[in-house]
Amino acid sequence: MSKHFVKSLKQDLRGYLFIAPSLICFLVFLAYPAVEAVRISLFKINMRSSQFVGLDNFIRLTHDVTFKQALWNTFKYVIYVVPIVVVFSIFIAMLIYSKSEKAAAFYRGVFYIPTVASVVAVSLVWSSILDPVIGVANYLLSVLGIEPVSWLADPNTAFLSVVFIIVTWSVGQPIILYTASLGAISKDYYEAALIDGANKWKMFFYVTWPLLKPTTLYILVITTMHAFQTFAVINLLTKGGPYGTTSSVVYELYQTAFLNSDFGYASAMGVVLFALIGIVSFLQFKFLASKFEY
Amino acid sequence: MPKKGMEQFHVRDRTKRNAIRYWGILQKGIGNLFLFVCTLIWIFPFYWGVVNSFKTEQAMFEIPPQFFPKQFTWHNYVELFNRTLIFRWFVNSVVVSFITMLLVCVISSMAGYAFSKLRFRGRDQIFYFIISLMMLPHYILLVPLFRLMKSLGWFDSYLGLILPGLAVPFGVFLMKQFIQTIPSEIMEAARIDGCNEFLIFTKIVVPMALPAIGSLAIFEFVKSWNDYVWQLIVISSDEMKTLPLGVAGLKQETVIQYGQILAGATLSALPIIVIFIAFQKFFTKGITLGAVKG
Repeated sequence: MSKHFVKSLKQDLRGYLFIAPSLICFLVFLAYPAVEAVRISLFKINMRSSQFVGLDNFIRLTHDVTFKQALWNTFKYVIYVVPIVVVFSIFIAMLIYSKSEKAAAFYRGVFYIPTVASVVAVSLVWSSILDPVIGVANYLLSVLGIEPVSWLADPNTAFLSVVFIIVTWSVGQPIILYTASLGAISKDYYEAALIDGANKWKMFFYVTWPLLKPTTLYILVITTMHAFQTFAVINLLTKGGPYGTTSSVVYELYQTAFLNSDFGYASAMGVVLFALIGIVSFLQFKFLASKFEY
Repeated sequence: MPKKGMEQFHVRDRTKRNAIRYWGILQKGIGNLFLFVCTLIWIFPFYWGVVNSFKTEQAMFEIPPQFFPKQFTWHNYVELFNRTLIFRWFVNSVVVSFITMLLVCVISSMAGYAFSKLRFRGRDQIFYFIISLMMLPHYILLVPLFRLMKSLGWFDSYLGLILPGLAVPFGVFLMKQFIQTIPSEIMEAARIDGCNEFLIFTKIVVPMALPAIGSLAIFEFVKSWNDYVWQLIVISSDEMKTLPLGVAGLKQETVIQYGQILAGATLSALPIIVIFIAFQKFFTKGITLGAVKG
Protein backbone atom coordinates (compact mmCIF):
# COMPACT_ATOMS: atom_id res chain seq x y z
CA MET A 1 0.00 0.00 0.00
CA SER A 2 2.56 2.53 1.07
CA LYS A 3 4.99 1.22 -1.51
CA HIS A 4 2.34 1.84 -4.14
CA PHE A 5 1.76 5.29 -2.73
CA VAL A 6 5.45 6.16 -2.89
CA LYS A 7 5.65 4.88 -6.44
CA SER A 8 2.72 6.99 -7.62
CA LEU A 9 4.12 10.00 -5.79
CA LYS A 10 7.38 9.50 -7.62
CA GLN A 11 5.48 9.25 -10.87
CA ASP A 12 3.64 12.48 -10.13
CA LEU A 13 6.84 14.23 -9.24
CA ARG A 14 8.47 13.15 -12.49
CA GLY A 15 5.61 14.64 -14.50
CA TYR A 16 5.60 17.88 -12.50
CA LEU A 17 9.34 18.24 -12.99
CA PHE A 18 8.94 18.10 -16.76
CA ILE A 19 6.11 20.63 -16.90
CA ALA A 20 7.44 22.93 -14.18
CA PRO A 21 9.49 25.34 -16.35
CA SER A 22 6.59 25.97 -18.75
CA LEU A 23 3.98 26.05 -16.04
CA ILE A 24 5.90 28.63 -14.01
CA CYS A 25 6.18 30.86 -17.11
CA PHE A 26 2.45 30.51 -17.80
CA LEU A 27 1.54 31.34 -14.21
CA VAL A 28 3.89 34.33 -13.90
CA PHE A 29 3.55 35.85 -17.38
CA LEU A 30 -0.03 34.95 -18.38
CA ALA A 31 -2.29 33.89 -15.50
CA TYR A 32 -1.04 36.35 -12.91
CA PRO A 33 -1.14 39.38 -15.26
CA ALA A 34 -4.67 38.42 -16.34
CA VAL A 35 -5.89 38.42 -12.75
CA GLU A 36 -3.85 41.53 -11.97
CA ALA A 37 -5.38 43.35 -14.96
CA VAL A 38 -8.83 42.87 -13.46
CA ARG A 39 -7.66 43.85 -9.98
CA ILE A 40 -5.97 47.11 -10.93
CA SER A 41 -8.91 48.14 -13.09
CA LEU A 42 -10.60 48.79 -9.72
CA PHE A 43 -7.80 51.10 -8.57
CA LYS A 44 -6.64 54.57 -9.34
CA ILE A 45 -2.96 53.95 -9.95
CA ASN A 46 -0.14 56.08 -11.19
CA MET A 47 3.62 55.93 -10.71
CA ARG A 48 3.40 56.89 -7.00
CA SER A 49 0.07 56.07 -5.42
CA SER A 50 -2.63 53.45 -5.59
CA GLN A 51 -6.15 53.81 -4.25
CA PHE A 52 -9.20 51.56 -4.43
CA VAL A 53 -11.98 53.28 -6.37
CA GLY A 54 -14.39 50.43 -7.15
CA LEU A 55 -16.04 50.75 -10.53
CA ASP A 56 -15.09 54.41 -10.98
CA ASN A 57 -12.78 53.66 -13.90
CA PHE A 58 -15.59 51.87 -15.77
CA ILE A 59 -18.04 54.70 -15.08
CA ARG A 60 -15.45 57.15 -16.36
CA LEU A 61 -15.18 55.08 -19.56
CA THR A 62 -18.85 55.56 -20.34
CA HIS A 63 -18.34 59.34 -20.40
CA ASP A 64 -15.07 59.24 -22.34
CA VAL A 65 -15.74 60.44 -25.89
CA THR A 66 -12.25 59.51 -27.14
CA PHE A 67 -12.62 55.99 -25.78
CA LYS A 68 -16.07 55.57 -27.25
CA GLN A 69 -14.74 56.59 -30.66
CA ALA A 70 -11.85 54.13 -30.28
CA LEU A 71 -14.30 51.39 -29.30
CA TRP A 72 -16.48 52.08 -32.32
CA ASN A 73 -13.40 52.08 -34.59
CA THR A 74 -12.32 48.76 -33.11
CA PHE A 75 -15.67 47.23 -34.05
CA LYS A 76 -15.27 48.73 -37.50
CA TYR A 77 -11.83 47.11 -37.85
CA VAL A 78 -13.33 43.74 -36.98
CA ILE A 79 -16.30 44.20 -39.32
CA TYR A 80 -14.09 45.23 -42.23
CA VAL A 81 -11.03 43.04 -41.76
CA VAL A 82 -12.55 39.67 -40.80
CA PRO A 83 -14.92 39.11 -43.77
CA ILE A 84 -12.37 40.45 -46.27
CA VAL A 85 -9.69 38.12 -44.90
CA VAL A 86 -11.97 35.04 -44.96
CA VAL A 87 -13.39 35.62 -48.46
CA PHE A 88 -10.09 36.69 -49.98
CA SER A 89 -8.21 33.73 -48.46
CA ILE A 90 -10.72 31.15 -49.69
CA PHE A 91 -10.68 32.70 -53.14
CA ILE A 92 -6.87 32.72 -53.38
CA ALA A 93 -6.63 29.22 -51.90
CA MET A 94 -9.12 27.91 -54.51
CA LEU A 95 -6.96 29.45 -57.22
CA ILE A 96 -3.66 28.01 -56.03
CA TYR A 97 -4.41 24.61 -54.45
CA SER A 98 -4.84 22.84 -57.78
CA LYS A 99 -1.58 24.24 -59.16
CA SER A 100 1.68 22.29 -59.10
CA GLU A 101 3.33 21.90 -55.71
CA LYS A 102 6.07 24.38 -56.66
CA ALA A 103 3.65 27.06 -57.86
CA ALA A 104 1.43 26.59 -54.81
CA ALA A 105 4.44 26.93 -52.51
CA PHE A 106 5.46 30.11 -54.32
CA TYR A 107 2.04 31.74 -53.91
CA ARG A 108 1.73 30.64 -50.28
CA GLY A 109 5.10 32.31 -49.73
CA VAL A 110 4.06 35.52 -51.47
CA PHE A 111 1.02 35.97 -49.27
CA TYR A 112 2.77 34.88 -46.09
CA ILE A 113 5.86 37.10 -46.42
CA PRO A 114 4.21 40.27 -45.02
CA THR A 115 3.30 38.23 -41.92
CA VAL A 116 6.91 37.30 -41.24
CA ALA A 117 8.57 40.52 -42.38
CA SER A 118 8.32 42.69 -39.31
CA VAL A 119 5.22 44.83 -38.89
CA VAL A 120 7.60 47.75 -38.53
CA ALA A 121 9.28 47.21 -41.91
CA VAL A 122 5.99 46.69 -43.74
CA SER A 123 4.35 49.72 -42.13
CA LEU A 124 7.32 51.96 -42.87
CA VAL A 125 7.39 50.98 -46.54
CA TRP A 126 3.66 51.61 -46.85
CA SER A 127 4.08 55.00 -45.21
CA SER A 128 6.60 55.92 -47.92
CA ILE A 129 4.34 54.54 -50.68
CA LEU A 130 1.36 56.51 -49.33
CA ASP A 131 3.32 59.73 -48.72
CA PRO A 132 1.17 62.53 -50.21
CA VAL A 133 4.11 64.29 -51.90
CA ILE A 134 6.71 61.74 -52.93
CA GLY A 135 4.64 58.55 -52.59
CA VAL A 136 4.32 56.26 -55.58
CA ALA A 137 0.59 55.69 -54.92
CA ASN A 138 -0.23 59.27 -55.78
CA TYR A 139 2.06 59.13 -58.80
CA LEU A 140 0.09 56.16 -60.15
CA LEU A 141 -3.15 58.10 -59.56
CA SER A 142 -1.76 61.11 -61.40
CA VAL A 143 -0.99 58.89 -64.40
CA LEU A 144 -4.69 58.02 -64.45
CA GLY A 145 -5.49 61.74 -64.11
CA ILE A 146 -6.75 61.51 -60.53
CA GLU A 147 -6.02 64.22 -57.95
CA PRO A 148 -3.47 63.33 -55.24
CA VAL A 149 -4.86 61.91 -52.00
CA SER A 150 -3.46 62.41 -48.47
CA TRP A 151 -4.03 58.73 -47.72
CA LEU A 152 -3.20 58.61 -44.02
CA ALA A 153 -3.99 62.23 -43.19
CA ASP A 154 -7.44 62.46 -44.77
CA PRO A 155 -10.30 61.27 -42.51
CA ASN A 156 -12.04 59.80 -45.56
CA THR A 157 -9.19 57.51 -46.57
CA ALA A 158 -7.10 56.93 -43.43
CA PHE A 159 -9.28 54.21 -41.94
CA LEU A 160 -9.54 52.24 -45.18
CA SER A 161 -5.81 52.59 -45.82
CA VAL A 162 -5.11 51.06 -42.40
CA VAL A 163 -7.63 48.27 -43.09
CA PHE A 164 -5.91 47.54 -46.39
CA ILE A 165 -2.48 47.29 -44.76
CA ILE A 166 -3.83 45.04 -42.00
CA VAL A 167 -5.43 42.76 -44.60
CA THR A 168 -2.15 42.42 -46.53
CA TRP A 169 -0.49 40.71 -43.58
CA SER A 170 -3.49 38.89 -42.15
CA VAL A 171 -4.18 36.57 -45.09
CA GLY A 172 -0.93 34.57 -45.01
CA GLN A 173 -1.93 32.02 -42.39
CA PRO A 174 -5.55 31.61 -43.59
CA ILE A 175 -4.36 30.93 -47.16
CA ILE A 176 -1.95 28.24 -45.96
CA LEU A 177 -4.69 26.63 -43.85
CA TYR A 178 -7.29 26.75 -46.63
CA THR A 179 -4.93 25.29 -49.25
CA ALA A 180 -4.11 22.47 -46.84
CA SER A 181 -7.81 21.79 -46.16
CA LEU A 182 -8.75 21.98 -49.84
CA GLY A 183 -5.99 19.53 -50.69
CA ALA A 184 -7.37 17.14 -48.09
CA ILE A 185 -10.88 17.00 -49.60
CA SER A 186 -11.38 13.68 -51.39
CA LYS A 187 -11.99 13.89 -55.15
CA ASP A 188 -14.83 11.37 -54.71
CA TYR A 189 -17.11 14.09 -53.34
CA TYR A 190 -16.69 16.16 -56.48
CA GLU A 191 -17.18 13.17 -58.77
CA ALA A 192 -20.37 12.26 -56.94
CA ALA A 193 -21.58 15.85 -57.22
CA LEU A 194 -20.71 15.89 -60.94
CA ILE A 195 -22.76 12.75 -61.53
CA ASP A 196 -25.65 14.39 -59.68
CA GLY A 197 -25.38 17.25 -62.18
CA ALA A 198 -23.97 19.95 -59.91
CA ASN A 199 -22.34 22.99 -61.51
CA LYS A 200 -19.27 24.79 -60.14
CA TRP A 201 -21.20 27.08 -57.79
CA LYS A 202 -23.31 24.27 -56.41
CA MET A 203 -20.15 22.23 -55.86
CA PHE A 204 -18.62 25.09 -53.91
CA PHE A 205 -21.64 25.76 -51.72
CA TYR A 206 -22.72 22.15 -51.12
CA VAL A 207 -19.36 20.35 -51.06
CA THR A 208 -16.35 22.63 -50.54
CA TRP A 209 -17.77 25.20 -48.13
CA PRO A 210 -19.29 22.70 -45.64
CA LEU A 211 -16.07 20.69 -45.62
CA LEU A 212 -14.01 23.84 -44.99
CA LYS A 213 -16.13 24.94 -42.03
CA PRO A 214 -13.82 23.74 -39.23
CA THR A 215 -10.95 25.65 -40.86
CA THR A 216 -13.18 28.68 -41.31
CA LEU A 217 -14.18 28.66 -37.65
CA TYR A 218 -10.54 28.58 -36.57
CA ILE A 219 -9.62 31.41 -38.96
CA LEU A 220 -12.65 33.47 -37.90
CA VAL A 221 -11.78 33.23 -34.22
CA ILE A 222 -8.07 33.99 -34.71
CA THR A 223 -8.61 36.86 -37.14
CA THR A 224 -11.33 38.40 -34.99
CA MET A 225 -9.07 38.29 -31.96
CA HIS A 226 -6.25 39.99 -33.87
CA ALA A 227 -8.55 42.60 -35.39
CA PHE A 228 -9.89 43.48 -31.94
CA GLN A 229 -6.30 44.16 -30.87
CA THR A 230 -5.22 46.36 -33.77
CA PHE A 231 -2.39 48.53 -32.54
CA ALA A 232 1.03 48.39 -34.20
CA VAL A 233 0.06 49.87 -37.58
CA ILE A 234 -1.83 52.67 -35.89
CA ASN A 235 1.07 53.54 -33.63
CA LEU A 236 3.49 53.44 -36.56
CA LEU A 237 1.42 55.20 -39.21
CA THR A 238 -1.40 57.40 -37.94
CA LYS A 239 -1.11 57.78 -34.14
CA GLY A 240 -4.88 57.34 -34.08
CA GLY A 241 -5.48 60.37 -36.30
CA PRO A 242 -6.77 62.17 -38.27
CA TYR A 243 -9.40 63.31 -35.73
CA GLY A 244 -9.28 59.94 -34.00
CA THR A 245 -10.71 58.13 -37.03
CA THR A 246 -8.14 55.31 -36.90
CA SER A 247 -7.71 55.01 -33.13
CA SER A 248 -8.45 51.66 -31.48
CA VAL A 249 -9.03 50.43 -27.92
CA VAL A 250 -5.52 49.03 -27.63
CA TYR A 251 -4.08 52.28 -28.95
CA GLU A 252 -6.06 54.24 -26.34
CA LEU A 253 -4.94 51.75 -23.69
CA TYR A 254 -1.33 52.24 -24.72
CA GLN A 255 -1.62 56.04 -24.61
CA THR A 256 -3.37 56.02 -21.26
CA ALA A 257 -0.96 53.60 -19.62
CA PHE A 258 2.41 54.43 -21.09
CA LEU A 259 2.17 58.13 -21.89
CA ASN A 260 -0.18 59.29 -19.11
CA SER A 261 0.74 56.60 -16.54
CA ASP A 262 -2.94 56.15 -15.71
CA PHE A 263 -2.64 52.39 -15.17
CA GLY A 264 -5.96 51.69 -13.47
CA TYR A 265 -7.96 53.44 -16.15
CA ALA A 266 -5.97 51.70 -18.91
CA SER A 267 -6.64 48.33 -17.27
CA ALA A 268 -10.36 49.09 -17.24
CA MET A 269 -10.14 49.52 -21.03
CA GLY A 270 -8.34 46.18 -21.21
CA VAL A 271 -11.05 44.47 -19.17
CA VAL A 272 -13.77 45.87 -21.44
CA LEU A 273 -11.91 44.62 -24.51
CA PHE A 274 -11.32 41.25 -22.87
CA ALA A 275 -15.03 40.89 -22.17
CA LEU A 276 -15.91 41.88 -25.75
CA ILE A 277 -13.48 39.39 -27.28
CA GLY A 278 -14.78 36.72 -24.93
CA ILE A 279 -18.41 37.37 -25.88
CA VAL A 280 -17.73 37.49 -29.62
CA SER A 281 -15.61 34.30 -29.60
CA PHE A 282 -18.30 32.56 -27.58
CA LEU A 283 -20.96 33.59 -30.08
CA GLN A 284 -18.81 32.45 -32.99
CA PHE A 285 -18.35 29.04 -31.41
CA LYS A 286 -21.99 28.74 -30.39
CA PHE A 287 -23.49 29.68 -33.74
CA LEU A 288 -20.93 28.12 -36.02
CA ALA A 289 -19.54 25.09 -34.21
CA SER A 290 -22.94 23.40 -33.74
CA LYS A 291 -23.55 23.43 -37.48
CA PHE A 292 -20.20 21.84 -38.13
CA GLU A 293 -21.28 18.27 -37.57
CA TYR A 294 -21.25 16.48 -40.87
CA MET B 1 -34.05 11.13 -91.85
CA PRO B 2 -33.08 9.93 -88.43
CA LYS B 3 -29.44 10.18 -89.46
CA LYS B 4 -29.82 13.88 -90.29
CA GLY B 5 -31.51 14.51 -87.00
CA MET B 6 -28.72 12.83 -85.20
CA GLU B 7 -26.18 14.99 -86.96
CA GLN B 8 -28.00 18.17 -86.03
CA PHE B 9 -28.16 17.11 -82.45
CA HIS B 10 -24.47 16.32 -82.52
CA VAL B 11 -23.50 19.75 -83.90
CA ARG B 12 -25.61 21.61 -81.38
CA ASP B 13 -24.08 19.55 -78.66
CA ARG B 14 -20.59 20.40 -79.86
CA THR B 15 -21.15 24.15 -79.97
CA LYS B 16 -22.64 23.95 -76.51
CA ARG B 17 -19.67 21.94 -75.33
CA ASN B 18 -17.31 24.49 -76.86
CA ALA B 19 -19.16 27.33 -75.18
CA ILE B 20 -18.82 25.63 -71.84
CA ARG B 21 -15.15 25.02 -72.48
CA TYR B 22 -14.45 28.64 -73.48
CA TRP B 23 -16.38 29.87 -70.46
CA GLY B 24 -14.21 27.63 -68.31
CA ILE B 25 -11.03 28.95 -69.92
CA LEU B 26 -12.23 32.53 -69.50
CA GLN B 27 -13.00 31.95 -65.82
CA LYS B 28 -9.59 30.43 -65.30
CA GLY B 29 -8.00 33.36 -67.13
CA ILE B 30 -9.77 35.92 -64.95
CA GLY B 31 -8.77 33.96 -61.86
CA ASN B 32 -5.15 33.84 -62.87
CA LEU B 33 -5.14 37.53 -63.77
CA PHE B 34 -6.50 38.35 -60.32
CA LEU B 35 -3.83 36.15 -58.75
CA PHE B 36 -1.15 37.90 -60.79
CA VAL B 37 -2.32 41.38 -59.77
CA CYS B 38 -2.50 40.38 -56.10
CA THR B 39 0.99 38.89 -56.29
CA LEU B 40 2.25 42.21 -57.63
CA ILE B 41 0.52 44.15 -54.85
CA TRP B 42 1.94 41.83 -52.19
CA ILE B 43 5.49 41.85 -53.55
CA PHE B 44 5.69 45.50 -54.57
CA PRO B 45 6.29 46.97 -51.08
CA PHE B 46 9.33 44.73 -50.66
CA TYR B 47 10.74 45.66 -54.04
CA TRP B 48 10.01 49.32 -53.44
CA GLY B 49 11.53 49.38 -49.97
CA VAL B 50 14.76 47.77 -51.13
CA VAL B 51 15.06 49.83 -54.31
CA ASN B 52 14.46 53.13 -52.55
CA SER B 53 16.96 52.36 -49.83
CA PHE B 54 19.61 52.38 -52.57
CA LYS B 55 18.52 55.64 -54.20
CA THR B 56 20.27 58.96 -53.79
CA GLU B 57 18.39 61.62 -51.86
CA GLN B 58 17.59 63.60 -55.02
CA ALA B 59 16.28 60.52 -56.79
CA MET B 60 13.85 59.91 -53.91
CA PHE B 61 12.02 63.13 -54.75
CA GLU B 62 11.93 62.68 -58.51
CA ILE B 63 8.59 62.59 -60.27
CA PRO B 64 7.98 60.32 -62.08
CA PRO B 65 9.78 58.06 -59.63
CA GLN B 66 12.53 55.80 -60.93
CA PHE B 67 11.07 52.31 -60.81
CA PHE B 68 14.54 51.03 -61.38
CA PRO B 69 17.21 53.37 -59.97
CA LYS B 70 19.68 54.75 -62.47
CA GLN B 71 22.32 55.07 -59.79
CA PHE B 72 22.88 52.73 -56.84
CA THR B 73 24.33 54.18 -53.65
CA TRP B 74 25.14 52.76 -50.22
CA HIS B 75 24.83 56.26 -48.80
CA ASN B 76 21.69 55.57 -46.72
CA TYR B 77 23.22 52.48 -45.15
CA VAL B 78 26.53 54.22 -44.39
CA GLU B 79 24.69 57.14 -42.77
CA LEU B 80 22.58 54.76 -40.71
CA PHE B 81 25.61 52.92 -39.36
CA ASN B 82 27.47 56.18 -38.60
CA ARG B 83 24.61 58.04 -37.06
CA THR B 84 22.68 55.41 -35.07
CA LEU B 85 23.35 52.34 -32.93
CA ILE B 86 21.92 50.08 -35.63
CA PHE B 87 24.64 47.48 -35.27
CA ARG B 88 23.96 47.24 -31.55
CA TRP B 89 20.20 46.96 -32.24
CA PHE B 90 20.89 44.15 -34.67
CA VAL B 91 22.97 42.27 -32.09
CA ASN B 92 20.24 42.79 -29.48
CA SER B 93 17.61 41.37 -31.81
CA VAL B 94 19.71 38.33 -32.67
CA VAL B 95 20.59 37.60 -29.02
CA VAL B 96 17.03 38.03 -27.76
CA SER B 97 15.36 36.06 -30.55
CA PHE B 98 17.89 33.25 -30.43
CA ILE B 99 17.75 32.75 -26.67
CA THR B 100 13.95 33.00 -26.61
CA MET B 101 13.72 30.43 -29.39
CA LEU B 102 16.09 28.03 -27.66
CA LEU B 103 14.39 28.22 -24.27
CA VAL B 104 10.87 27.93 -25.67
CA CYS B 105 11.86 24.82 -27.60
CA VAL B 106 13.41 23.20 -24.54
CA ILE B 107 10.60 23.88 -22.10
CA SER B 108 7.82 23.20 -24.62
CA SER B 109 9.20 19.80 -25.62
CA MET B 110 9.67 18.88 -21.97
CA ALA B 111 6.06 19.79 -21.20
CA GLY B 112 4.79 18.25 -24.43
CA TYR B 113 6.49 14.98 -23.52
CA ALA B 114 5.02 14.98 -20.01
CA PHE B 115 1.49 15.79 -21.21
CA SER B 116 1.50 13.11 -23.89
CA LYS B 117 3.53 10.25 -22.42
CA LEU B 118 3.78 10.54 -18.61
CA ARG B 119 1.06 9.85 -16.07
CA PHE B 120 0.61 12.17 -13.13
CA ARG B 121 -2.25 13.54 -11.12
CA GLY B 122 -4.00 16.60 -12.57
CA ARG B 123 -2.36 16.13 -15.96
CA ASP B 124 -5.42 16.73 -18.10
CA GLN B 125 -6.73 19.58 -15.94
CA ILE B 126 -3.39 21.38 -16.11
CA PHE B 127 -3.25 20.84 -19.86
CA TYR B 128 -6.72 22.32 -20.38
CA PHE B 129 -5.77 25.22 -18.16
CA ILE B 130 -2.77 25.92 -20.42
CA ILE B 131 -4.89 25.62 -23.56
CA SER B 132 -7.41 28.08 -22.14
CA LEU B 133 -4.55 30.56 -21.64
CA MET B 134 -4.05 30.41 -25.42
CA MET B 135 -7.26 32.40 -25.76
CA LEU B 136 -6.01 35.27 -23.58
CA PRO B 137 -5.73 38.45 -25.66
CA HIS B 138 -2.08 39.36 -25.29
CA TYR B 139 -2.32 43.16 -25.32
CA ILE B 140 -4.61 43.20 -22.30
CA LEU B 141 -1.70 41.89 -20.21
CA LEU B 142 0.63 44.73 -21.19
CA VAL B 143 -0.03 46.97 -18.18
CA PRO B 144 0.35 44.27 -15.47
CA LEU B 145 3.40 42.83 -17.26
CA PHE B 146 5.00 46.26 -17.44
CA ARG B 147 4.44 46.80 -13.73
CA LEU B 148 5.79 43.32 -13.01
CA MET B 149 8.96 44.08 -14.99
CA LYS B 150 9.39 47.35 -13.09
CA SER B 151 9.05 45.71 -9.69
CA LEU B 152 11.38 42.81 -10.57
CA GLY B 153 13.96 45.25 -11.94
CA TRP B 154 13.77 43.68 -15.41
CA PHE B 155 12.63 46.87 -17.14
CA ASP B 156 14.94 47.91 -20.00
CA SER B 157 16.97 44.70 -19.86
CA TYR B 158 17.53 41.43 -21.71
CA LEU B 159 15.61 39.60 -18.99
CA GLY B 160 12.58 41.80 -19.62
CA LEU B 161 12.83 41.19 -23.36
CA ILE B 162 13.27 37.41 -23.11
CA LEU B 163 11.45 35.95 -20.10
CA PRO B 164 7.83 37.02 -20.78
CA GLY B 165 8.28 35.59 -24.28
CA LEU B 166 8.71 32.11 -22.81
CA ALA B 167 5.01 31.74 -22.01
CA VAL B 168 3.90 30.09 -25.27
CA PRO B 169 0.90 27.76 -24.78
CA PHE B 170 0.96 27.09 -28.51
CA GLY B 171 4.43 25.53 -28.15
CA VAL B 172 3.28 23.06 -25.50
CA PHE B 173 0.20 22.22 -27.56
CA LEU B 174 2.23 21.68 -30.74
CA MET B 175 4.81 19.48 -29.02
CA LYS B 176 2.15 17.43 -27.24
CA GLN B 177 0.32 16.80 -30.51
CA PHE B 178 3.51 15.67 -32.18
CA ILE B 179 5.04 13.56 -29.42
CA GLN B 180 1.71 11.75 -29.05
CA THR B 181 2.31 10.20 -32.46
CA ILE B 182 5.62 8.62 -31.35
CA PRO B 183 4.91 4.99 -30.35
CA SER B 184 5.17 4.52 -26.56
CA GLU B 185 6.72 1.08 -27.06
CA ILE B 186 10.06 2.67 -27.96
CA MET B 187 10.15 4.50 -24.63
CA GLU B 188 8.97 1.42 -22.73
CA ALA B 189 11.79 -0.61 -24.25
CA ALA B 190 14.33 2.01 -23.22
CA ARG B 191 12.86 2.08 -19.72
CA ILE B 192 13.24 -1.70 -19.39
CA ASP B 193 16.83 -1.35 -20.57
CA GLY B 194 17.38 0.92 -17.59
CA CYS B 195 17.20 4.37 -19.17
CA ASN B 196 16.01 7.08 -16.80
CA GLU B 197 13.39 9.65 -17.80
CA PHE B 198 15.99 12.27 -18.62
CA LEU B 199 17.85 9.96 -21.00
CA ILE B 200 14.62 8.82 -22.64
CA PHE B 201 13.72 12.44 -23.21
CA THR B 202 17.08 13.57 -24.62
CA LYS B 203 18.04 10.41 -26.53
CA ILE B 204 14.70 9.25 -27.87
CA VAL B 205 11.96 11.87 -27.68
CA VAL B 206 13.93 14.92 -28.80
CA PRO B 207 15.53 13.31 -31.88
CA MET B 208 12.18 11.90 -32.98
CA ALA B 209 10.37 15.18 -32.40
CA LEU B 210 12.89 17.24 -34.37
CA PRO B 211 10.52 18.12 -37.25
CA ALA B 212 8.07 19.69 -34.79
CA ILE B 213 10.86 21.33 -32.80
CA GLY B 214 12.16 22.81 -36.07
CA SER B 215 8.78 24.36 -36.84
CA LEU B 216 8.45 25.73 -33.34
CA ALA B 217 12.01 27.11 -33.42
CA ILE B 218 11.47 29.07 -36.61
CA PHE B 219 8.10 30.33 -35.45
CA GLU B 220 9.48 31.52 -32.16
CA PHE B 221 12.51 33.18 -33.72
CA VAL B 222 10.32 35.15 -36.10
CA LYS B 223 7.74 35.97 -33.43
CA SER B 224 10.37 37.19 -31.03
CA TRP B 225 12.14 39.24 -33.71
CA ASN B 226 8.83 40.90 -34.65
CA ASP B 227 7.44 41.45 -31.15
CA TYR B 228 7.51 45.19 -31.64
CA VAL B 229 4.76 46.04 -29.16
CA TRP B 230 6.32 44.37 -26.13
CA GLN B 231 9.75 45.73 -27.04
CA LEU B 232 8.25 49.20 -27.29
CA ILE B 233 6.94 48.93 -23.75
CA VAL B 234 9.78 47.21 -21.94
CA ILE B 235 12.70 49.14 -23.47
CA SER B 236 13.54 52.78 -22.89
CA SER B 237 17.25 53.27 -23.58
CA ASP B 238 18.79 53.53 -27.02
CA GLU B 239 21.39 50.80 -26.34
CA MET B 240 18.78 48.19 -25.38
CA LYS B 241 16.57 48.74 -28.44
CA THR B 242 15.95 45.90 -30.84
CA LEU B 243 16.28 46.38 -34.58
CA PRO B 244 12.57 46.87 -35.38
CA LEU B 245 12.20 49.21 -32.40
CA GLY B 246 15.23 51.26 -33.36
CA VAL B 247 14.17 51.50 -36.98
CA ALA B 248 10.64 52.52 -35.98
CA GLY B 249 12.21 55.31 -33.94
CA LEU B 250 13.72 56.82 -37.10
CA LYS B 251 10.25 57.88 -38.16
CA GLN B 252 9.82 59.97 -34.99
CA GLU B 253 12.81 62.15 -35.86
CA THR B 254 12.16 65.77 -36.74
CA VAL B 255 13.41 65.43 -40.30
CA ILE B 256 11.98 62.28 -41.88
CA GLN B 257 14.62 60.71 -44.13
CA TYR B 258 12.81 58.04 -46.07
CA GLY B 259 16.02 56.72 -47.64
CA GLN B 260 17.48 55.84 -44.26
CA ILE B 261 14.16 54.64 -42.87
CA LEU B 262 13.79 52.24 -45.78
CA ALA B 263 17.40 51.10 -45.42
CA GLY B 264 16.61 50.29 -41.78
CA ALA B 265 13.36 48.57 -42.75
CA THR B 266 15.25 46.47 -45.31
CA LEU B 267 17.84 45.47 -42.73
CA SER B 268 15.18 44.53 -40.18
CA ALA B 269 13.09 42.47 -42.61
CA LEU B 270 15.85 40.82 -44.62
CA PRO B 271 17.11 38.24 -42.07
CA ILE B 272 13.57 37.07 -41.41
CA ILE B 273 12.67 36.82 -45.09
CA VAL B 274 15.83 34.80 -45.76
CA ILE B 275 14.97 32.46 -42.88
CA PHE B 276 11.41 32.17 -44.13
CA ILE B 277 12.40 31.29 -47.69
CA ALA B 278 14.98 28.79 -46.47
CA PHE B 279 12.56 27.05 -44.08
CA GLN B 280 9.20 27.59 -45.76
CA LYS B 281 8.27 23.91 -45.40
CA PHE B 282 8.60 24.14 -41.62
CA PHE B 283 6.32 27.16 -41.49
CA THR B 284 3.60 25.51 -43.52
CA LYS B 285 3.85 22.39 -41.39
CA GLY B 286 3.80 24.31 -38.11
CA ILE B 287 0.76 26.31 -39.13
CA THR B 288 -1.24 23.29 -40.22
CA LEU B 289 -0.09 21.17 -37.26
CA GLY B 290 -0.98 23.87 -34.75
CA ALA B 291 -4.47 24.29 -36.13
CA VAL B 292 -5.53 20.65 -35.86
CA LYS B 293 -9.26 20.53 -35.40
CA GLY B 294 -10.30 20.20 -31.81
